Formats: sequence, C-alpha cells, structure tokens
Amino acid sequence: MLSVNNLVTSYGLIKALKGVSLEAKKGAVTCILGPNGAGKTTLMFTLAGILAPDTGTVSLLDQNLTGLGAPKILRKGLALVPENRLVFPDLSVYENLLAGAFTQSRAMAAQVSDDIDKMYDRFPILKARHDQPAGNLSGGEQQMLALARALMSRPSILLMDEPSVGLSPLIVDEIFAIIKQLNEDGMSILLVEQNATKALQVADYFYLLDQGKVTFSGTPDQLKDDDIIKRAYLGGG
Amino acid sequence: MTYLLGILQTIGVHTLLGLSAYLLLLTGQLSLAQVGFFAIGAYVSGILTVIFSWNIFAALALGSLMAGFFAFLVGFPALRVKGLMLVVATISFSEIVRLFFFNLSWRVNVNGVEVGPDSTQGFREIRYFAANGWEQIHIVGLIWFVVMVVMLALWWLDQVRAGAVLRAVGTDELAAQSSGINLTMVKVAAMTGGGVIAGIGGGLFAHSTTYVDHHTFVILLATFAVSYPIIGGLRSVIGTLLAVIFIQGFIIEGLRFMGDYRNLIFGLLIILVMNMRPQGLLDGHLVADIRKLLSKLTKGGKADA
Repeated sequence: MLSVNNLVTSYGLIKALKGVSLEAKKGAVTCILGPNGAGKTTLMFTLAGILAPDTGTVSLLDQNLTGLGAPKILRKGLALVPENRLVFPDLSVYENLLAGAFTQSRAMAAQVSDDIDKMYDRFPILKARHDQPAGNLSGGEQQMLALARALMSRPSILLMDEPSVGLSPLIVDEIFAIIKQLNEDGMSILLVEQNATKALQVADYFYLLDQGKVTFSGTPDQLKDDDIIKRAYLGGG
Repeated sequence: MTYLLGILQTIGVHTLLGLSAYLLLLTGQLSLAQVGFFAIGAYVSGILTVIFSWNIFAALALGSLMAGFFAFLVGFPALRVKGLMLVVATISFSEIVRLFFFNLSWRVNVNGVEVGPDSTQGFREIRYFAANGWEQIHIVGLIWFVVMVVMLALWWLDQVRAGAVLRAVGTDELAAQSSGINLTMVKVAAMTGGGVIAGIGGGLFAHSTTYVDHHTFVILLATFAVSYPIIGGLRSVIGTLLAVIFIQGFIIEGLRFMGDYRNLIFGLLIILVMNMRPQGLLDGHLVADIRKLLSKLTKGGKADA
C-alpha cells in the first residue's frame, strides 16, 4: 500500500538516503532494521513530510505523497510516532489525545470522543492517568500515549520510529505486544527498529538499511538464515 | 495626578508591546522585531492624523494593520530560522525600520503650518488629542480600553483550539507537525497578530507623547518587549501585565532615585527570574493554586448563603 521509489534525501551536501525503494503491504508489519546513522529516522521524516526528498517518489494507496508537507500527508492517512515519543509534557493525557485528533473536523466531535474511549480501552493505563500531565508519565506510558495520539488521526498506515528506545525490557515486551495486537486488528505498520530480536516476533517483512541504502530485504526466515545479519543484529554467530 | 496618569500611559503601552511578544513566544519564537512593528504603527497612524487629518480611530486601525501586514511579510523568511538566527534576523528588521524613519522627511503644509516627519529632527506635531479636546484621563482610558480588549482576545485564544495549537508549536515542533499542524502558517499567523498588537501600541504611544523620533525605537525597547512575557510567564496574559507593572512601575519609576543603577537591577532581576522561576512569575503551579483558592472561595460563599 505504501510504496517508496528511489528516495534520495540530503542534509546540505550530505546524502542521508541514497535511493531507497521499499514496499509496505496492507495489513502487514514491515520492519526497517539498521545501525545508527543508517538513515532510518531520515527515511521516517521524509515519508512523513517533515523533510523533503531531492528525488524519488512516495505513494500511499495510489495517492502521490511526494513533496507534500507533513500536515497534508497526515490527512492522506500516514501517521508518524516520532522517536523518543515527544508527547506534549504540559498537556494532560486527554489533551494529548485530543491533539492527535487535530485533523478531524468539528463535525466529527462525537466520533473523536468515541475514538478516545477506544484508546482508553486499548490502553487502560491512559484512562487511569487521563487528567495527569503527560510529562509525569513513565517512558513506556508516554510511548503508549504517543502511539494512541497517532492513532487518533485514523491513519491507514502507522509509522513507528524505534518504539523500544530507552525502555526497559519488560516494557519493550509490552509495547511489542501492543504492536502485534494493533496489526491483528488490521492496522498496517511500518516499523523502524534496532532491536532485531524483538522485531522478528512481529514483522512480516524486513528491509535492512545501511548508509542510506537498502542492503537486504526478505522474510523473517530469510533474515534469520543470513549469516552476516545473524552476526551483526541477532548476536552469536 | 498627571504623573500617575503618565505612568499608567507608559504601563499600558508597554503592556501592548509585551503582549505582542507574548503571542509569538507562545509558539516558541523569540522576536526582536516587535519594536519595528511598534515604530510602523507609530509613524503610519501619526502621518494619517497629522498630514491627512484622519480620525484617530481610523488612523490607529490602519497603522496597526500596516504593522500586521509587514509582520506577515517578514514572518515568512524570518521564521524559517530559529533561535539565535531568528533574533539576528528580527533585530535587522527593526533596525531597517528605524533607519528608514531616521531618513524619512515628509514635510507638508497643513493649514499654514509645516508638519510631518522631519528625518533626524523627529516627528513633532502629533497633537490630535490636544487639538480635539481630549484630556489625559481620556487618553489613558483609551489606552487601557485597548489593553483590555487585547488581553481578552488573547485570553479567549486559550479557551479555543487556537491557543492549544500555538502552545503545541511552542512545546515541540516535531510533535506538533506529527499531529498535522502547519508550522509555517501558525508561526506567521502569530507574527502577524503580534504585529497588529505592537502597531496599535505604537499608534497610541505616538499620539499620547505627541512626539516620536528614531531614538524611541531602539533595540533596547525590543528587549523590554520580550522580557515582560518571559518574566511574567507564558501561562497567562496576566503575567505579562504584572511584569510590566513591576518593571515600569517599580523598577523604573519606584527606584528612580537610584539613577542609572536601575539598569544593574534590571539585569539582576532577569538572572534571578531565570534561576528561581524559570517558568516566569506566574507559572503553571501558581495559576493552578490561584484557581483552587478561587473555587474554594466561591464554594464557601455559596455555602454561607
């Protein structure tokens, strides 16, 4: 559903993405693995419209997204959960969720409050903390809030930039269980991760990004069989 | 009495300057262009009443609209940069405006008297109020009426979606963008609004003092404009007003006997505020405490009745 073709993005003279092509299928979890500095976040920012690509195209469900700004891309159905969560710390949990519904029109008010109830069902901890400032939440709770906030825009595909970063192993398990559940409920997800072992539990298809290029793509089984990847990402050898 | 009214005038005009910076600070942008917009408002409305014999209200309106228009134009290029670079860009704008008026000579014969901006000599004949029988108390009334309207408007912003949008951009641009907010539009709108507020403040200032020249519009005034909301806190418009009263009423006027040493105190104050109340005098906790107290008081009152 999301197809990326030969994407090049640069910061000044430095090319961070050197022609990335990939495909995220409907109803699947597609995972992008890569070391630090591979261009993962640059790719996420370019897809979400925060950075503009030099060349290449991005399209979602046959709509061309290339070069549209972030607000338009979100309205076309692509939502990003940024790395390090970035919730609004002074706003309450409830207000953060409302902020996520920013793109919904006033006429949708009933639907928005319905959506918030759904988020509370999915993430009971958010309901318990609905009137607390988001800055007081733990890292894992903030990650759930950032995820719920992105879902409030009713996206057709969800981009998640390293949801496990800076969280304890137990919380990471919980986050991945949520990702799996979301996917089983029909959400298409494009996931950026460094934690390959965890990603293997949820992802249907992998891309390996290194120095701005896709160096490997394949199914989880193909990934596990690849010696180089095994050594570099999965430990042991 | 005249002295007291004079202080009220100054506080009113400076509150408008502070509020114009406040609006932009909500989006996280520190601008020193407010004094440029203030100067545009002062000169444009002055020229309209003096040379074209306009009514004061029409002149103030067009002066502030002109200031807003220039803020809109400046907003696009200036707000592409952030932080220190934005400060530099906005200082340049204010200086360009100041130097333009420094060089502007537009002398016109109105009813046998030569009037208008006279470059280095300043713009001396802005006597609409005296010529039309306004007394100082009326002028103070007009200034504070405008201050109240602007404060109410900014307070109202926080009751509707717009305030949340501005604060979202100020809190985290990336998160705001990920929620579908158009950053450029929000920042330029805040800049334009700030320009309109500063412009009307400039018009009121020019007419209440009857005389402006380029010395009035130096960068020092712009630093005052941003320090009011910073010292007062961004939680509420009241913070800016309190800061102006404190600085203009107490530090500048109250400590007048200390002469130039007041500047030292002003610097010290900024450092103290940054260390002791980084969110400003009126921060979130204090606002919440005051709300609690008020609701207790009103509830108590009902129980008694």
